[in-house]
Amino acid sequence: MDHLDQLESQSVYILREAFNRIDKLAMLWSLGKDSNVMIWLARKAFFGHVPFPVMHIDTGRKFPEMYAFRDRYAAEWGLKLLLEECPPVEEVDPTLPPAARSAARKTLGLKNAIAKHGFTGIIAGIRRDEESVRAKERVFSPRGDTGQWDFRDQPPEFWDQFNTDLPPGTHLRVHPLLHWTELDIWRYVQRERIPVVDLYFAKNGKRYRSLGDKDITFPIDSDATTLEAIIMELEVTRAPERAGRAMDRETEDAFERLRAAGYM
Amino acid sequence: MSSRTAAITDSIREQLRIVIVGHVDHGKSTLVGRLFHDTGSLPDGKLEAIKAMCERRGMPFEWAFLMDAFQSERDQGITIDTAQIWFKTRKRDYVIIDAPGHREFIKNMITGAASAEAAVLLIDAAHGVQQQSRLHGFLLHLLGIRQLAVLVNKMDTVDFSAARFTAIRREFTDYLQGIGVTANYFIPISARGGDNIVERSPAMAWYEGPTVIEALDSFQPTRRPTDLPLRLPIQDVYKFDERRILVGRIESGRLMVGDKLLFSPSNKTARVATIESWNATGPVIEAHAGQSIGITLDEQLFLERGEIASLETDPPIETNVFRGRLFWLGREPLQVGNAYQLRLATREVRVTVQAIERVFDADDLSAKPAVEVPRHGVAEVILRSLPLLALDEGRHIARTGRFVLSDGTNIVAGGIVDMEGYPDQRELVTKRSRNIYKVEHRVSAQARAERNGHRGGVLWFTGLSGAGKSTLAMAVEQELFRKGYHVYVLDGDNVRYGLNANLGFSPDDRSENIRRVGEVAALFADAGMIVVTAFISPYRADRQRAREAAKGNLHEIYVEADIETCEQRDPKGLYKKARLGEIPEFTGISAPYEPPESPELVVDTRVLSVEESVAKIVDYVEKNFSLLKVNRGETH
Repeated sequence: MDHLDQLESQSVYILREAFNRIDKLAMLWSLGKDSNVMIWLARKAFFGHVPFPVMHIDTGRKFPEMYAFRDRYAAEWGLKLLLEECPPVEEVDPTLPPAARSAARKTLGLKNAIAKHGFTGIIAGIRRDEESVRAKERVFSPRGDTGQWDFRDQPPEFWDQFNTDLPPGTHLRVHPLLHWTELDIWRYVQRERIPVVDLYFAKNGKRYRSLGDKDITFPIDSDATTLEAIIMELEVTRAPERAGRAMDRETEDAFERLRAAGYM
Repeated sequence: MSSRTAAITDSIREQLRIVIVGHVDHGKSTLVGRLFHDTGSLPDGKLEAIKAMCERRGMPFEWAFLMDAFQSERDQGITIDTAQIWFKTRKRDYVIIDAPGHREFIKNMITGAASAEAAVLLIDAAHGVQQQSRLHGFLLHLLGIRQLAVLVNKMDTVDFSAARFTAIRREFTDYLQGIGVTANYFIPISARGGDNIVERSPAMAWYEGPTVIEALDSFQPTRRPTDLPLRLPIQDVYKFDERRILVGRIESGRLMVGDKLLFSPSNKTARVATIESWNATGPVIEAHAGQSIGITLDEQLFLERGEIASLETDPPIETNVFRGRLFWLGREPLQVGNAYQLRLATREVRVTVQAIERVFDADDLSAKPAVEVPRHGVAEVILRSLPLLALDEGRHIARTGRFVLSDGTNIVAGGIVDMEGYPDQRELVTKRSRNIYKVEHRVSAQARAERNGHRGGVLWFTGLSGAGKSTLAMAVEQELFRKGYHVYVLDGDNVRYGLNANLGFSPDDRSENIRRVGEVAALFADAGMIVVTAFISPYRADRQRAREAAKGNLHEIYVEADIETCEQRDPKGLYKKARLGEIPEFTGISAPYEPPESPELVVDTRVLSVEESVAKIVDYVEKNFSLLKVNRGETH
């Protein structure tokens, strides 16, 4: 078993645990590379099926290429797709900086969707290497009744025994990609030939390394037009992955505040 | 899953997961910051961002800030949770798990350390070995981490003294030896100054061993246990289409299409028909440890999550009682009689704490008996479940020999299985000949009882050696006989001369000894007699089986005396021999005794004389077995 085989096996194990132990389960699909990998892993775990709904929390501000991608692969992969809209920015905590405020719409949209469908488990494609706050996450991470994350007092989690019993009114976030790195994702995309949105590939010397809302996401300088080139670029880069995501670095604690309030 | 190594670029590097532990303030986060910087693994701008943040807040720069990314942690100055980050050496990539040293956050330290392949334990050169240093060393051992480098940090604060380093090394080596651990390296360092991290320290020319990086690079990645017996815990059963697929991860060994699998504890068998996969390049015929797989069987068996599949030749142990060496994380202490949810591989079952054998003192590692295990305590406890469990010795197959306990919604303990002194119960439930048909007697139990004037039944004496079982049994027999009862004693030593002459004193043999006695006693009782058995019968499961053999007509009589009293009496000189090590697995000394939970009668021989004890038992028999209204003694 090589490194990717081990990651795949671990993620499949996590997805099967979630499916066995959580009644009302849904997977978040942001249309980015990570959640595409996650859907792919679910099809591996469940032998071609995705036995729970796949939910897109739509801010309405994604790139047109992303919507086209969504509609094509939802049909091709036979997904039970749920589209949930985000409330307008006026409903969001006004003390947050502007870009974070925009991102926080997604938190609200998710919270509303969880309440509407009664989900008790949400599978999300976050990774430890993305952001130092996400590095603190558990694989099965309990959320309070308002969706908030108490990172100061997390339950122990070891030997692949996950905390899956929860008080009513709360839900679990499940993170099957937590141990993956950005490079692992791209190598797996390459090995498995998993489709991704074209925006990741360079055009005119620019490409998107991370995809979010079009008004708060910016491309990086790059000539990587193929998967091989992206992998080579990432092997040597020392720039952080979310450098193009404005919301992370407006203030020192912006991302931490977003996460504690229930952001992915 | 198929491995398509050919399609992957050759740039995938080896990875090793290490955990850094040690007492709070002994410099873990500083070491991590230093490792990152000195190996050139920091992202651009990270160091500058933190230096700028320090300036904004008017505080001096600390290497530890790299690790403590949370604002709240910067405010408190301690690492709250386990965080994972990556650094690279020429040889390979490292995932470092920084485990908090603060006592309150032990659960996070365990969460981080449990997934590590090697550990680094820091000791402050000036403060020396502290309680948390010892506890962390012990926990690493329980978590099964076998590669360890001990770093004596802050050598700059003791003038890089070789003598100080040697003293700490000696003290900690002695401690580790006591728990069966050997450290691979002791390295004197100064994390703040970068001494002996990547570069050798000119200030410590007396030190000739490896640097931290050299030590880390010498550790081996954990190898998947493909050579151990097959263990495939069933995680789920899927029926998405016409296939009925059993899924799970192979925890050890390997499996091939056509293999005959034994499922425990249900003891069903079937052959592997297919190994299922999706998006694989061709049919899969073999799978091995570490792989999450799905299989179909050649027979439709009803199997549930929690069963463990193995080959018939080397199955797991089946038992409903075992010893767990565990660490306790619950807010409330663990106490005898408490019930918890046990999770072992994918099995989940209710267990009761039958006994706390000993609690380890983290300071001097002495083991003491105790009535409860405090938060963050380490102890050996006896756990019992109603149904049979399939499990392994922790030291034999780690992944099916360890467990967690949960209480309500959270995990409160983790531990490893130790079956020493407890028998495998598998044969007792499986070895039954199939071609046996019961023949009905024409004489009813009622008719026998009416002729005898009393019902038949078993008086099952249990208790430690020297508690008085044989003495009382013979006296009770004599008295009941005098009163006209049909009565006979089956005594431990007597039975071993004949019926059980082929059995020794191993846990398995003792268990079989009791099984035979239980069956013979049941036949005597069925024949209408009162049979008194006088056997230590230390295991509750064995006595339960005897009770089942007697179809409920068994009366458990606990002949009670504590070990000190029995050892003092020592009528056969056995305790003396056991203490000298001449008798292995002697109940009460080197093998467990499980007292009855709800015996029909307790006779405490510390308080009652032989005459009083006999009277109490005879009185019980008169009340429960006699068909005559008046006491026999007066009518004869």
